[in-house]
Amino acid sequence: MTADDSPLLEARGVSKHFGNVVALRDVSARVHAGEVTCVLGDNGAGKSTFIKILSGVHQHDGGELFVAGRPRRFHSPQEARDAGIATVYQDLAMIPLMPIWRNFFLGAEPTRWVWPFRRFDVETAKRLSRQELERFGIDVGRTDRPVSTLSGGERQAVATARAVYFGARVLILDEPTAALGVRQVGVVLRYVRRARDQGVGVIFISHNPAHAHLVGDRFVLLNRGRVVGDFGRDDISRDDLIREMSGGAELDQIQHEVDELTAE
Amino acid sequence: MTTTGDGDTTVTGPSRGGTRTDAPERAGRESALRRVLTRPGFAAIAGAIVVGLFFSFYTGSFATPAGVANWLDPSSTIGIVALPVAMLMIGGEFDLSAGVMIGSSGLVMGLLAVEFGMNVWAAMVVALLFALGVGLFNGFLVVRTRLPSFIVTLGTFFALQGLNLGVSKLITNTVRVADIDAAPAYAAPNAILGGQVDVLGTNIYVAIFWWIGLTALASWVLTRTKFGNWVFAVGGDRVAARNVGVPVARTKITLFMLTSAGGWFVGMITALRLTSVQASEGVGQELIFIVAAVVGGCLLTGGYGSAFGASVGALIFGMAELGIPYAGWNSDWFYAFLGGILLLAVLINNLIRRRFSDNPS
Repeated sequence: MTADDSPLLEARGVSKHFGNVVALRDVSARVHAGEVTCVLGDNGAGKSTFIKILSGVHQHDGGELFVAGRPRRFHSPQEARDAGIATVYQDLAMIPLMPIWRNFFLGAEPTRWVWPFRRFDVETAKRLSRQELERFGIDVGRTDRPVSTLSGGERQAVATARAVYFGARVLILDEPTAALGVRQVGVVLRYVRRARDQGVGVIFISHNPAHAHLVGDRFVLLNRGRVVGDFGRDDISRDDLIREMSGGAELDQIQHEVDELTAE
Repeated sequence: MTTTGDGDTTVTGPSRGGTRTDAPERAGRESALRRVLTRPGFAAIAGAIVVGLFFSFYTGSFATPAGVANWLDPSSTIGIVALPVAMLMIGGEFDLSAGVMIGSSGLVMGLLAVEFGMNVWAAMVVALLFALGVGLFNGFLVVRTRLPSFIVTLGTFFALQGLNLGVSKLITNTVRVADIDAAPAYAAPNAILGGQVDVLGTNIYVAIFWWIGLTALASWVLTRTKFGNWVFAVGGDRVAARNVGVPVARTKITLFMLTSAGGWFVGMITALRLTSVQASEGVGQELIFIVAAVVGGCLLTGGYGSAFGASVGALIFGMAELGIPYAGWNSDWFYAFLGGILLLAVLINNLIRRRFSDNPS
């Protein structure tokens, strides 16, 4: 992996409590350019609190956050976005009834001419959205299809391509493979790799170690708000990662899923 | 393959023999016919053609130049308000005070010009500011309280209806303002908004040209501007819209103000043309605007529709309003027609969306 000296985004010993409930305690994780860091944990492990701190929704009580080596503290999601950290949530990124190209530039429409004749540069928006999706290897057919006709995986792919186009250097993907069929998981993992290959640092939040192992360079395991494991890709096999994550009861089921994936 | 419901369900299922994914297959089905049928205004255009042809053959005067000028007139005054009402519906809200606003703004202008001797131009500007203020109030209340706009604007509707009567009686001792043509500087604004022009030997109200121009403008704003993109977005999913940086509150408030301004525009047209304003003017129209928008393909749930469709919806009502008396029928039948057309248009729109497009409806 081509890693610069300082990671794009790093959390060092971050803690967060809500009242007297400790949500995170001394959590450290980092992501370099062109790397995928997977944050793994079951429900309640603190994954979503962690994302919310990274994306500026919540602020940490202890520890430090570094962006490209410099200490930062985000007071709003806007500040995080301005620092190049984009969060792609599963369902909250797209307007279903609007065409893909309109969604792609929503909130940042390219314009031509001057007021009062200033207009949405429709031709440019259509051309650029098609071009960007192609660059991401996303084949969704016509870009004037409404987003409602896309599958969940495709929607996230479009949202991700959009975030990268608008200058995201770190992408936080919140459970991108949850609630998706096997084929769709493939679509999602493909665009995660594509983003990584374009030099983006990806933080991949998941409770599924099998999915994570297919794309991850680093694996940070959370349990009850603490880091219980931090491995490089070479340090841990998929089976060990799965074993770390879960007890035997779920193993058969997960093994089944993994077999399905590798069969493709 | 199902074409309705959530997009997820159509693709996550196992694909049968050899199909790669559903997406390219579906994109390939995109035919010219399908594209025409799925335009938001399709059912309205088909309906307008049917209604127009029917009255043309059934009555002698419907298709004459004078006849056309006659039914275009009510179409225009419905259409001018139906346009912003449709935009507001696409933005996910209703305005039930759009009808009464015709009377309120007319009364404000009339009272100032007639009772206080104000220049008609100036009185029109004051009336516009009043209308924009009401729109701002509606929009602000809806955005701030998150109450349904249906309830908020119903409140504004009743309040204005009462004020129209109360204030008129207080100032004039009657329920109307008359003799606006005697007010200072009446001629010019009347010529621009209320008058008629001679087109190839037929007198046509200028309001019709305003309507056509405003339809083009509204279509342009909706499909070719940033603001238009935001209108679809805030009506489609306000949370997602906010997440990508669309100013949701500002967009919605602007839409409410545009709707009130539409009511003001028609209020000025009718007040100048009739030289008097009844305190009850416009009451009951609010639903006709909404019906025109729905017939024109707007979804009641927001996020979908067109300005052009709303104008075609208004056209159908103009045709019926004049076509029914031309046919020698009692005009009582108009409302039966209105109800019938509404249900038919909604059913056809629904059917088309389900059959030919993947849009959930």
